[in-house]
This record gives sequence, C-alpha cells and structure tokens, in this order.
Amino acid sequence: MFGLGKKDTTVFVVVIILALCAPFILNPFPGNSSLAQFNAGYPDLMQRFVIFGIFAIGFNLLFGLTGYLSFGHAAFLGAGSYAAVWMFKLLSMNVIPAILLSMIVAGLFAVVIGYVSLRRSGIYFSILTLAFAQMSYNLAYSVLTPITNGETGLQITLDDPRILGSSATADGGIPVTNLFGLEMRHFTTVDIGAWSFNFSVGYYLCAAIMILAFYVAVRIFRSPFGMMLRAIKSNQQRLYYTGLNARPYTLAVFVISGMYAGLAGGLLASMDPLAGPERMQWTASGEVVLMTILGGAGTLIGPVLGAGFIKYFENIFSKINDGVLHSWFAFLPDGLENFIVTLVHPFVGKGWHLTLGLMFMLVVIFLPGGLVEGGQRIARALRRGKSEDNGAANKASHEPAE
Amino acid sequence: MGILEVKDVNKRFGGLKALSEVNLSVAENTVHAIIGPNGAGKSTLLNCLVGKLIPDTGSVLFDGQSVLGRKPFEINQMGISRVFQTPEIFGDLTVMENMMIPLFARRDGAYRLHAFRSVESEGELRSRAEAMLEDVKMLDKRHMHSASMSRGDKRRLEMAMCLVQDPRLLLLDEPTAGMARADTNNTIDLLKEIKEKRDITMAIIEHDMHVVFSLADRITVLAQGTPLVEDSPENIKGHPKVREAYLGEAA
Repeated sequence: MFGLGKKDTTVFVVVIILALCAPFILNPFPGNSSLAQFNAGYPDLMQRFVIFGIFAIGFNLLFGLTGYLSFGHAAFLGAGSYAAVWMFKLLSMNVIPAILLSMIVAGLFAVVIGYVSLRRSGIYFSILTLAFAQMSYNLAYSVLTPITNGETGLQITLDDPRILGSSATADGGIPVTNLFGLEMRHFTTVDIGAWSFNFSVGYYLCAAIMILAFYVAVRIFRSPFGMMLRAIKSNQQRLYYTGLNARPYTLAVFVISGMYAGLAGGLLASMDPLAGPERMQWTASGEVVLMTILGGAGTLIGPVLGAGFIKYFENIFSKINDGVLHSWFAFLPDGLENFIVTLVHPFVGKGWHLTLGLMFMLVVIFLPGGLVEGGQRIARALRRGKSEDNGAANKASHEPAE
Repeated sequence: MGILEVKDVNKRFGGLKALSEVNLSVAENTVHAIIGPNGAGKSTLLNCLVGKLIPDTGSVLFDGQSVLGRKPFEINQMGISRVFQTPEIFGDLTVMENMMIPLFARRDGAYRLHAFRSVESEGELRSRAEAMLEDVKMLDKRHMHSASMSRGDKRRLEMAMCLVQDPRLLLLDEPTAGMARADTNNTIDLLKEIKEKRDITMAIIEHDMHVVFSLADRITVLAQGTPLVEDSPENIKGHPKVREAYLGEAA
C-alpha cells in the first residue's frame, strides 16, 4: 500500500492510528482521579509531541542513515521559527506560507552549514555543526536583534503590516494563526463520563503534517538514495571505489534533514507565534539527539517514540512537586512519609532531568537499539512463550513464515 | 599500445624514493602480475593508478586518457575497479544490497537522487545482481548480513561487486593475502573462470608465487621502486636477476 512494503505499511498505519487517536490514548485516566495529572491529552502538549516527532524523524534521516551526528540541528529549528513569525508579521496569519518559508529558510541554512561541515566526518563534523548552531544562537541574541528581537524574542504586534491579512482584528486584538480561517487554537472538548477529550485544530494539522513527514521518511529509507546513505555509514572507501561520490548524497540528506527541522520550527511558531534565540541553543540540539537515540536511531518509528517519551517527561514529571508526593504517601506514618518524599524528591519536579538521565543511561547500556529494540525483545519473548504453550505442531507451522 | 600505460612515474615520500622511473604497459585482455619484495613500491604504484596518490612526475594513461588528478570515483567511472587487500564491502548491508550499489553507480553515474523509487522496484538491476551472485555461487546467501560472512565469502562478494560493473580493468591488491590454502585455490579458480568468460584485463599485485604463476600472462618484477624485468611467467621463473632480488631473498 502507498508504494510501501508489507512491514512498512503496518508501521505506517500504526503511526496514523497513534496520531489520530492521541487525544484518547494520552488521556487514559478519568479527570477526577488522582492519576489525572499523568494525562497528556492537552492540545499544547500533543502539538509538542508531534512537532518534536517531526524534528526527530528529520534528524534520524541524517544520523540514523549516514551516521553523521549533527550537534547543531536546533539552528534549523530556530531559523524556521523566525521565518514563520516574520511571515505572520509581514504577509498574513495563514500558517501555510509561514510553514513553506520556514522550510525554505532552514533548507538554505542547511546548504551553507552542510557544505562546510560535511568536509569533515566523525567528531569534527559534530563540532563544526555545534559551532555553527552556537554562532547562530549568539547572533540571534545580539547583533541580529533587528531581525530576531534579541533576548525578548520575536513576537507579532498590532502594528505589523500583514499585507494579505489585517493588522488587528475588528475588536482591536492581535489576530491569531489560522489555516484559511480555521483558528489553530480552536478546540472542541468532548466529555464522555469522567473523561474529557480535547480535539484541537492545531494538533490535527500538526498530526497530518507529521504523518506526511513520516511517509516521506519511509520512502527515503527504502529508496536507492537511502541505501546509498547506509552505504556511506558502512564503508565510505568502498563507495568511492565503486564510482560514487558521497558528498552530494550527504549534503542532500543534510538539507532534507534541515528542512524537517525548519518545518518543526515553523509549526511551533504556527501554534504559538513567537520565536526566541533559546530555540537554537545547544541544549535544544542535544535534546533531539537524545530523542533519536532513546527511541532507536536508524529505525522508522523510534524517533517519534523518543520525542514523545522525552516531551512527556519534560511536561508531566516536572509537575510532580512535594505537595503531590505528600498526598501520594499520606497513608504512611509521618516520619516514613517525610523520608520517602525526601528520597523521591530529587527525581521529580525540577529534578526530572535526573530521572531522564538515568533512563537514558539504562537504555543506552541495556538497549542500544533504543525503545524499539525493547519492544522487539518483548515481542520475541511473547512469541516464544506462545509457541511453547501451543506445542511443537504450531511452532513448525510458524517457522517457514519467518 | 596497452589499455594501461604507466610512463616514467616517480613518487617520493620525504626522503624515501618509493617509485623511480616506473614504466609499465598492460595489454588488453591479459592478466598482468606485479610482484616484488616488501617495500618494492607495489602498493604505491597501485594507489597511483586509482587516484589515491598522485605521482610527482610521469603519466598514467587508461585507454588513452590520463587518470592523474582524478578522484577515485571518477577513475572507477572510467572503467577501473579495485579489489582491496582486506575485503572492503558494505558490512551493514545485505549481500544483495552490496550488489545493487555498484549497479546503481554504473547506471546512474556518480550521483543521482532517487529518493522516491524503491530499491525493490528495480527489477532489471536485481536480476543482473542475482545472475552475478549465481556466477560466484553466492545466490543462496543473498539475504545475509554481509559483515557476518567468512573472509573467503567477503572476498568473493567484493569481486562480484567489481565484476558486476563490467570493468575494463580490474585491479587486485593481494587478493589471497591471509587466506587458507583452500580459499586461495578457490580464488584462483574463480579468477581463471572470470578470465575465460569475459573480456577483462586484470592487474594483480601478489606475494604468493603459486597464485602469480597460475594466473599471469605477463609479470613485472618491481624492486626498490624500479621495474627489474618484465616477461612471461616461464622466463621470469628462471631469470637470474629475479632470483637474486626476489626469490633468492625469500629462500
């Protein structure tokens, strides 16, 4: 289906279902239960899941296929955000031109940075990309203030021209981002029993674009181009002596990857029209590396899972404060309760980075293939368990299929 | 004139004269062996032919065109394929994928962005890859992860990858180095078969006299960066200069 193999179609359909049903899947606990704070089905958060999913899918095209570890991908995300906000300021509040421009600007950025950085490989490539990203960050912070509005960040204001739209709404407010009139922030809440599910226009736009981005990535993975990229990772010497020039291939994938990051940046700005230099900072570049490795570099679905995982931690674990902990352990005697809360305290709330760091270490040490490898191991264990239960006859019928 | 003409090539590494006044002519459709003791400049010469090194002076012509200053991938596109001393294959890829890459290189040139076509849909190239694998008796291994194969199989795969491009000149850098006797004999048989089946010119750098004398039509003996003699295998065997410089040293 869709020009994909059987296995890829399955993965693709799973991603579509996950994306479309996210408002349900991420809201498993009834609103009045004590577990409700683990729900993540808010439009804001769901948008972040899919937007960073796009960012990680793009990063994985570069890192997963060629092994070139870019440590400056946030520069493209930031450039995309600035481009989108400028589009909102100058042209109109429609998100389509903004997203298109953000991809073009990030792509041009990637051509320049990639052309220089790809002259080196390995750690030198990583350092070069990091240097470029930090340069962009510092420029955005200081000398480029007329374009980036420096520390404050770029925002839309009432006196922006917006030549195809209006500078202000009829009642004098700042207009909101929309898709041909459909407001991004608009959402419908459906109450079913104790649950309330949010369906947001912005989220579904992001989800649709993520599905498209994922599809393009799968096609690239299975194309001759993707195979060449894996060959570059495997043995560049052999590639050169086979009559192929690796440079245009790596530059092409670097630019594609940069455009994915620009798309993510444009979407971030479309959901919330502001852009600040901190989006280009090295921590943001590091985050996408973590997402990809945590989920499983070089796999199709891994980066999406990794992005969701990290964003979930960032937004949910960070909200568990001492008050919440005390309410959880209230059933314990006072002394013990305080002791346990003190013990757990560094791992939650502001300390969520510690938990994430530990999780990351565990995954890298025990599951080098990331969450995807974890899933595969569980699936294999289940299959083995099942075939043992059903006896040898069933097992025999299973084997030829594999 | 031969398909490969090396004229007055000199190469120095600092104070070391690696090649001095090397002249070599490889005739079309022959197997030309280059032998010599360690440090004779065999590998330096080979690296000058494939674009890895550029000689200080002299010229290297392939089919009348200079290869000097061209990059390895450009030289391959001219029709020269190279087999390395330790097999260089794409270890992360399957055997079949390893075969597809040289075919794409031959069909599409040094660079072409086929981002939306699937590898599976390339029926014609796949059947050519399969035919080649059949020739080297590796068709049953086509789905194998190539890094997990034995050294002998890797060598066969590397040769198949070179041959599937229909090169006009195949350069082999000690193709049997480090191989067991049985694997060496298999490689010799494979090369003999290739020689009979196709119009191909081969230049072999080799240590193993057994391999050289069972394959070569012409032999050039290199010593201290200069060609000592060039003759047929029969004459080389009895040549006093060669015995002195090479065989004598080995004994």
